[in-house]
Amino acid sequence: MHDNIIPMLGVVTEIRTDTPDIKTFRVEAIGGGKCFEHKPGQCAMLSIPGVGEAMFSITSSPTVKDYQEFSIKKCGCLTEWLHQMDVGQQITIRGPYGKPFPVDDALLGKDLLFIAGGVGLAPLHSVINYVLDNRKNYGKVDIVYGSRSKEDLLDLPEIQSSWMDPKNDMNVHLTIDRAQDNWDGHVAFVPTYVKELGFDPDKNVLVCGPPIMIKFVLQALTELGFEKTQIYTTMELRMKCGVGKCGRCNIGDKYVCKDGPVFRFDELGELPSEY
Amino acid sequence: MKKLALSALNAFYSKISETKTLIAPIESAGQVDFGVWSEGAQVRLDVLKTVKSAKGAFFPQVEDMVRFHVQGKNIEIDPAEVMDEDFVIFGVRACDARSFELLDRVFLSDPVDPFYAARRAHGTVVTLACGEPEETCFCTNFGIDAADPKGDVSAWIVGEAMYLRANTEKGEALIEGLDDAEDGAVGETQASIRAIAEKLPFGRLNLTGFDGDHLMERFSDPKWAELSRACLGCGTCTFVCPTCQCYDVRDFDTGNGIQRYRCWDSCMYSDFTLMAHGTNRPTQLERFRQRFMHKLVYFPSNNEGLYSCVGCGRCLAKCPQGLHIVKVIKALGVKDNA
Repeated sequence: MHDNIIPMLGVVTEIRTDTPDIKTFRVEAIGGGKCFEHKPGQCAMLSIPGVGEAMFSITSSPTVKDYQEFSIKKCGCLTEWLHQMDVGQQITIRGPYGKPFPVDDALLGKDLLFIAGGVGLAPLHSVINYVLDNRKNYGKVDIVYGSRSKEDLLDLPEIQSSWMDPKNDMNVHLTIDRAQDNWDGHVAFVPTYVKELGFDPDKNVLVCGPPIMIKFVLQALTELGFEKTQIYTTMELRMKCGVGKCGRCNIGDKYVCKDGPVFRFDELGELPSEY
Repeated sequence: MKKLALSALNAFYSKISETKTLIAPIESAGQVDFGVWSEGAQVRLDVLKTVKSAKGAFFPQVEDMVRFHVQGKNIEIDPAEVMDEDFVIFGVRACDARSFELLDRVFLSDPVDPFYAARRAHGTVVTLACGEPEETCFCTNFGIDAADPKGDVSAWIVGEAMYLRANTEKGEALIEGLDDAEDGAVGETQASIRAIAEKLPFGRLNLTGFDGDHLMERFSDPKWAELSRACLGCGTCTFVCPTCQCYDVRDFDTGNGIQRYRCWDSCMYSDFTLMAHGTNRPTQLERFRQRFMHKLVYFPSNNEGLYSCVGCGRCLAKCPQGLHIVKVIKALGVKDNA
């Protein structure tokens, strides 16, 4: 009865340092297995009692059977604490919350273009791996991912070994903001690169990154002929309850925690731009 | 309809409190607020507006949710019990009674809030007609009849007697045993309350255009800047408001575990939406606008046109800057409100 607001226990079983400020935490239920089932794009409230509780996107795909992963950037009180913990640490977890990306309806059979910046790859990571594990259900897949530097590219080993593996038939376009040694790939901001790549506007787009990146990506896509109805994003606002009652993530007549966090851009256009 | 001499009220309170917790408007430290009745408590049924509304009976200002015991890397979770005892809240006015219906829309909608639901299930609401509505009252705009308040029991004071009408089984159980009275006994009193309500200065506001269809139009109104300029962001309006339901969740180290509790919060505060990377409502303009847009546009858009305001007038009386929802309705609404 308490399930929707009272957390359960999880245990951190693996910690991976991805970038100087992003770590990925593997979380399992006490005694093993996933804490709950989720869909790509859904979120969970993670907490350390006495430190705080916050909403994080679930980074791993639902097709992963035994655990869930969270890629978390160190940027505040709770995330600092999470970054200092060791394997074996118990945390509290509740969820899943929110509406997922429509991977099993609107996006089925479509060509997909993923565009991510920095830690914005985290929520899309779940979708990309879901698509990869159900590859025949989707058309062409392109991924544009950029970060400040090579060191700031999240999941680079996985991207190179799995997403770029020709048998998975996905086109991965990596870019970094400034040229550096040991990088012979593309150098440009993500929106500029999207324009340079010049995609056909017959795809559905899933975009996540810093607000400023999203803004210019949207401009670039519009110039390329994409409609707002083809573009999805996932939003981040402060949340306390996760179930549309505490009022914090209210924008217009929507609550990001339960009506989102995934929105189509034409839906966002009907809301005040308070995000 | 039942009847009870006002002189017998104290004995009635006493009888109720033998089996149930009784909450009533009680004077304490110079203020009248809903509190737990005990022998000798000064019940003030003559005071129309308690400082805080009656919502705290179902949505307490502070409520424990779960306690954690942390030992090394291990955590123990001990969820708080939901309320399991019956209680009576006595002397609720028609406006506050409507606020319970509005809070139900939030806390009893899917997923149901277990703490609120338990309090609602165990509470019996006795409402009291208003006698003389005050000039800050404007409940009439929201289809609320101060002369016929809803609740498990409705009550009227006529002369030296209280008349009580049960509206539900819970209500019947509470007042059975009292003397019977004629149904028409409160007709004259009702007529006089309605005559006053008719003439309230803010009693007939035009709310045309405050709805989901005009969401962006209301949101984009340039008048928000001027309206919000004087707002101090003190949050008084939200704390006295019967319909404000935003809450915070916080942890407190008791020395014997970490107590996680929720408490009333205010969208008027600068840290309400603050995250590590900033806030989406950076100035008081956005925060002020959010509070009123929620009550007058967003909530009705999601609840078949029902406004999240009951016209109790507490914000009119308490805002240190004299800002309030009536000003907003008049400024943003159709011209005949001016």
